[in-house]
Amino acid sequence: ITEVCGAKRVGYFGPAQFYIALKLIAAAQSGFPVRIESIKNELPLPRFMALKNDTDVRYGTPAEFHGVKFQIPHATLEKNSYKRTDEGDKQESKSPPMSPICSPPASPSTYQRVPLSYGYGKARSGLEQQHGAPYEVRHSTHQQDGPSSGNYGAKSTLTCSTPNRSLSVEREQQDSSTHYSDDPWRITEEQRDYYINQFRSLQPDLNAFISGSVAKNFFTKSKLPILELSHIWDLSDVDCDGALTLPEFCAAFHLVVARKNGYQLPETLPETLLPEYLQAACLKPVRDCALFDSYSEPLPGSQQTRDFGRTEKSSTEEAPDNSALLQDGKKDEKQALKVSTTLKTIPKEFQHLTVKTAAQESNALRARPRSRSYSSTSIEDAMKKGEEPPTPPPRPQKSHSRASSLDLNKIFQQNTQAVRSGWLPPPPPALPPRPSVSQTEQPSEVELHPQMNRPPSQAEESSSAKKEVVIAQPPSKPARRKLRTEAQGLETPELSPTINVTSSLPAVKPHLPVQKQSSKQKRAIQTAIRKNKEANAVLARLNSELQQQLKEVHKERIALETQLEQLRPVTVL
Amino acid sequence: LLSPQNYPLYIRSVPTENELKFHYTVHTSLDVVDEKISAMGKALVDQRELYLGLLYPTEDYKVYGYVTNSKVKFVMVVDSSNTALRDNEIRSMFRKLHNSYTDIMCNPFYNPGDRIHSRAFDNMVNSMMMQVC
Repeated sequence: ITEVCGAKRVGYFGPAQFYIALKLIAAAQSGFPVRIESIKNELPLPRFMALKNDTDVRYGTPAEFHGVKFQIPHATLEKNSYKRTDEGDKQESKSPPMSPICSPPASPSTYQRVPLSYGYGKARSGLEQQHGAPYEVRHSTHQQDGPSSGNYGAKSTLTCSTPNRSLSVEREQQDSSTHYSDDPWRITEEQRDYYINQFRSLQPDLNAFISGSVAKNFFTKSKLPILELSHIWDLSDVDCDGALTLPEFCAAFHLVVARKNGYQLPETLPETLLPEYLQAACLKPVRDCALFDSYSEPLPGSQQTRDFGRTEKSSTEEAPDNSALLQDGKKDEKQALKVSTTLKTIPKEFQHLTVKTAAQESNALRARPRSRSYSSTSIEDAMKKGEEPPTPPPRPQKSHSRASSLDLNKIFQQNTQAVRSGWLPPPPPALPPRPSVSQTEQPSEVELHPQMNRPPSQAEESSSAKKEVVIAQPPSKPARRKLRTEAQGLETPELSPTINVTSSLPAVKPHLPVQKQSSKQKRAIQTAIRKNKEANAVLARLNSELQQQLKEVHKERIALETQLEQLRPVTVL
Repeated sequence: LLSPQNYPLYIRSVPTENELKFHYTVHTSLDVVDEKISAMGKALVDQRELYLGLLYPTEDYKVYGYVTNSKVKFVMVVDSSNTALRDNEIRSMFRKLHNSYTDIMCNPFYNPGDRIHSRAFDNMVNSMMMQVC
């Protein structure tokens, strides 16, 4: 049989060889000669010896399963996608466990998209078992997309015998978006949403990374042994950069959940958990469906998955920056969900478990200081960027140090203002304690920032808002305030009336989606402002001292020069 | 793969008989490695200096060494009869090892100084050894 099915020739049992081998076993058991032709007959299922129970089946198999679209030329079997990472002995060891599944759905007729569930139900992992609902046997068909229903898919294929060939064709054309259900390595919509929410709790920007230490703390809460967590990390951090992007995080989380539910960890990352796949799935679920439909045509499975992987990769390459799309993608997913209505009941159980296991995690996460999440990219980068450009603006009449530091502050506030308001074009000088545009001292600075086209009222608003901040922290900058009030005593009365008006503004800001976020951002920005102001004050003082020293040194020099002149012999030639 | 404190983080041999002999060889070659490191002085930044080259040849086999900037040492014992292995091949093998080691370090669950259990690393080493043998 090994020789006939071709395994000897290729050296391993690929899907084709495996299916042919099983068919041949059935043929041999039915008394037919062991030859390729015999598999064309309608054969009962091969009978294997007593096998392990369901749990073993479940544990043993899912680890290696991927989907591979596949069709045997004499295809008596379904297109069961069944990609293996280890061939040969692993497969053989799997085959016994699969037979119990073979027997129940003996009748091909039951193989319609109909509750084949019962037979499978027992064999399935505990997840589906919980659902009394008829389990749609799409897994056999859909595995066009490759990532398959692990063992479930395998079982289903085994059961299908010749008569199902016609059905299989039908099935393929069926709506492929419903195949998400059974693959333990495929992330369902609810799961994905949950993971994304968890990601957000760790890192608000869906584009950015979760650093290694943050992720470590998070996943350690799942109470898996470190070795397994290490392996999960190895699997999911595809680019090995020590940080997890959103798809990597989803994959890692999914693996953790799977492991907690008793699945063995795979040796390599299942295709459904690859970042490109997850990203593509996130972004273009509709597109995926289209791909799947195209896959319904019979093609050698392995090639197809390869192609699929390639197209996915190219698609993801096209859209490297998926962050914005992610949001849309999720919406699309939801729509697709509605369209494809068929059950996502599967991971009900899964969800229970995930919720349970993650409940503690989420609680702990909530307890985390929010500020940490803001130590992430967006705000800090913005602030940093804001601080860099400030230095270029020329400082012509900066006779006193204060002006330059004021300059910095102004720019900085501009940018923070922009950040807060969601990246609007930088408003005109937030002259915080600084005066409004009317101040003569400031006009140069005002001119320097041409992009500020905002009406002065806004400047006043922002400046007054900043003034709030300043006023709120009087002790930190006594020196500065002194300096400021020297030259800008005028502004204070001006600003104070506007303070009340503007204090309501930040709250009203339409751009901030979440009030809490805005206040937290404000706090973060305010602390940063405070620090920068302090730094500025220190630098200003230093500068003035140095200026003093410079003046003294100048005087000394002049004195020495005159002395030299006097001492030098007057002899002139 | 030896840690900066000279205890092994990872050992693998392909023909598993005589494994102890190889372990012993690696251990004795550590002296040579240390000698080479100290002789190099402080400037260990150059990539070329990471590769120590042939540490010493014996009748049966050759020992090659490689040290990273963090004093993690890679020692490779190869059969002398395998004349196909040229210097640059050894270098590339060390480079691959170094890259895989860096990947391991990226894993936040890995504590530096632990034994290495990463399957990816195992696979890489296996494939490399299969290639050579």
